[in-house]
Amino acid sequence: MASTISERIVDDLVAGGIDFVTTVPCKQLAGVIDVIEKDDRVFHIPSNKEDEGMGLCAGAYMGGKRPCIIMQNTAIGVTINTLATLIQYYHIPLPMLISYRGELGEPVACQVEMAVHTKPLLAQMGIPTFHFHKDSDVEELGEILKYTQMCKKPTAILTDASFWKGY
Amino acid sequence: MIRSDVLKSIIPVITDELVICNIGLPSQELYMLDDQPSNFYMLGTMGLSSSIGLGLALAQPEKVIAIDGDGSVLTNFGTLPTIANNVADNFVLLIIDNGSYGSTGDQPTYAGLKTSLTAVAEACGCENVVECQAEDTAAELKKALESNQMTIIVCKCESGNIPVKVIEMDPVVIRDRFMKEVARRGA
Repeated sequence: MASTISERIVDDLVAGGIDFVTTVPCKQLAGVIDVIEKDDRVFHIPSNKEDEGMGLCAGAYMGGKRPCIIMQNTAIGVTINTLATLIQYYHIPLPMLISYRGELGEPVACQVEMAVHTKPLLAQMGIPTFHFHKDSDVEELGEILKYTQMCKKPTAILTDASFWKGY
Repeated sequence: MIRSDVLKSIIPVITDELVICNIGLPSQELYMLDDQPSNFYMLGTMGLSSSIGLGLALAQPEKVIAIDGDGSVLTNFGTLPTIANNVADNFVLLIIDNGSYGSTGDQPTYAGLKTSLTAVAEACGCENVVECQAEDTAAELKKALESNQMTIIVCKCESGNIPVKVIEMDPVVIRDRFMKEVARRGA
């Protein structure tokens, strides 16, 4: 049994066939990134920028892997073009595990500036979006991963401060 | 030699290899010169040829050549440290450096001015970086493929374009055809 929420998430990713993960760090995702880095079941490649990471994921997918990107919600602002012209255009399944900064409990005012745009941008892009707020929301992760492979789209899993129990 | 001459000269070397080709004119030229299921054409997303190529090389054992341009590498500079620190010995990055943004009207890039992509790649930690003149590209590419070591080739060529048609193939067809070719080789 996974003893932490981060371990549970990584176990679910592996169970969902994810074997290639790229990350751009967020303080809130530090635990998950740490577990992934130590887990031999997943190839972990840190990216310098999230659009670069999506390129790595697209290549890995074409090589037979099931990729996932882990990033902060600010990255939605960075990756709109890549999502539209690479991931969506070529029908590449890509679950995006995203820290949803700027929600209740946020100490950094600037994070709210992208938080208010996060869901509208995802909606505008037609990206299926799931919001983990309560502990039990994580139980949907397995189904979200299946759904992502089924529809061959990018999907967004927003994880907020309430889900992570603060910062 | 301009980029299309370089591409023409390397066709015998790359025709049987998995190739990720940069957006715009490079993909259109390769499509016109030697369309193959083993070619993946980028129809959008400037800058990501090297990233897609590295991801593919890390995911499976076949050799992968990513054809990129100086402007695209400048757009996605973060790719060079990622490549340097995640060595895939089945990966060759060929940067066709004509010192200009060819697909958008030949505006000069900084790579054609003071900035050396060869020096940048080396500074990023890439171990086998070769700078060559356009006419030596095919030989250097062949050598890189035979070396079984990850290699970055910076090919210095002249700026200029030939008239080519846009690629009308559907992106999902390009991707599916390419993935079936990758899977066939792995079978």
